[in-house]
Amino acid sequence: MAAIEVDRLTMSYGKVKAVDELSFSVAAGSILVMLGPNGAGKSSTIEALEGYRRPQSGKLTVVGLDPVRQQRELGHVIGVMLQQGGVNPRMTPDAALKLYSGYYQTPRDPEEILEAVELQHVRSTSFRRLSGGERQRLSLGLAIIGRPQVAFLDEPTAGVDPAGRQVIGALISNLANDGTTVVLTTHELFEAERLADQIIILSKGKKLYDGTLNDLKAAHGKAQITFSTKEPLDLEELHRSTGLNGTETGRQSYAIMEEPDAQRFASLTSYLAANAIEYFDLSDSARSLEEIYLELTGSTPQPSPSIGTTEKESSL
Amino acid sequence: MKAYLAQARSEIRMSLTQGESLLVTVGIPVLLLLGFTAVKVLPLPHGVTQRVQFLLPGTLALAVMATGMVAQGIATGVDRTYGVLKRLGATPLGKSGLLAAKITAIVVVEIVQVVIMLLVGLALGWSPTGNIFLFVIALLLATVAFSGVGMLLAGTLKSEVLIGLANGIYLVLLFLGGMIFPVTSLPSFLQSVAKALPALASSQIFFHSLGIGGSAPGYEWVVLAVWAIGAPALAIRYFKWQ
Repeated sequence: MAAIEVDRLTMSYGKVKAVDELSFSVAAGSILVMLGPNGAGKSSTIEALEGYRRPQSGKLTVVGLDPVRQQRELGHVIGVMLQQGGVNPRMTPDAALKLYSGYYQTPRDPEEILEAVELQHVRSTSFRRLSGGERQRLSLGLAIIGRPQVAFLDEPTAGVDPAGRQVIGALISNLANDGTTVVLTTHELFEAERLADQIIILSKGKKLYDGTLNDLKAAHGKAQITFSTKEPLDLEELHRSTGLNGTETGRQSYAIMEEPDAQRFASLTSYLAANAIEYFDLSDSARSLEEIYLELTGSTPQPSPSIGTTEKESSL
Repeated sequence: MKAYLAQARSEIRMSLTQGESLLVTVGIPVLLLLGFTAVKVLPLPHGVTQRVQFLLPGTLALAVMATGMVAQGIATGVDRTYGVLKRLGATPLGKSGLLAAKITAIVVVEIVQVVIMLLVGLALGWSPTGNIFLFVIALLLATVAFSGVGMLLAGTLKSEVLIGLANGIYLVLLFLGGMIFPVTSLPSFLQSVAKALPALASSQIFFHSLGIGGSAPGYEWVVLAVWAIGAPALAIRYFKWQ
């Protein structure tokens, strides 16, 4: 059963179309991760689902409710974690959790949440004095205290240290295990890879991909040969000599975009040895979600000139 | 109702425990009442002999203005800037529940103010003269008018601008409002400006209903009623929740 259904959602700001005929659905109890560069339309889509923005056209439902017409009813079944803030700077975690528990009919115990987000040691510290990670954990706690059917979490681990990320990641997994549908936006692709049941990649308001991580990797994540060199490599010359199609993935780091097999390894290493090119980190590996994401969104980083290189040198 | 009660309790607690807010809503009005009753430097309206008969109604009007316009306006603006209002809009409390809770907090703070100031007034020799029923009606109108101005500022300005502007308007209205010295002491063009403002209208009606008796001029009621309708209407029209 779908917890969220979006049918041809379109949202514009002036002449700019932030979301363009977007359709998708999310199964109840699953974790959807929305990915996309800044300005891709993630926030506009989520804010429409939360009832904050009225769509120009299209139809949306969240657990069967219309977010615009039934915003009051929606408040009982969703939990929202904003990217930043959302808590009075004078309020302590203790007071904020007790206040929010007062909004719902069958809330979780504030003490239980305080423990789950590991904030007992700062329970009486005002929000403005909490660290970035503590603020994010409190914000997540407030989003889930009402036992929401759908939790919207906007970049929950932004500015959070690795230990805090573990806490937040475990909480999100537990939420889904308990039947809560989680909609997550993040720029942390490792986190997306770890948590997502469903991934949607957006760019310029349009959907580039909608499906599982496994399907995404099967379609775009074929294994490849990767290696690095001490000196820049002439990829055209490599192709002329060996027939291998290489691409630069970073500074003097390369990938051969073909199925790795013994013959291709042999061709490559022979070419490098024959041309006295020192290489290291040679391996065959599946492409990561980050590499697939960068390729799909067309944002593969360009190698930057080395530090200390003059403008004249770099243009040569 | 559960959400409203939880929020109202929180708003009341915040209003009554925040030092700078209490200074503006209770401290300054009480200090002005005590100070200018004891120190006879400012003029009194014609026919008034007991300073407290003029200063108590005036400082009460100041207290109402401070609560609705300055304290609650700034608190709401800060909440808006920090995304608190946005977040609460997606809870069972909703926007209407939040507004109801804020109004409740204003009313509770005003009850505390009125009790404290009437007790201080009695201690200074105030003799109730007028119509308490008219005072209560005027108090409600002034509360709605000043809260409307506060919400209009809170819903349209960034918090840094809001804090400066709300305090600036507070001082201007204190000067033009006939609250601690009679408006007849001002130059005539400023008197004309003052007559259109809710500060003078409320202080004059309070003065008649608590200090000297008789009925306030009809236009004072009209001015106060226009502000009580117009300011909230503008706030509803232009308030931005995020």
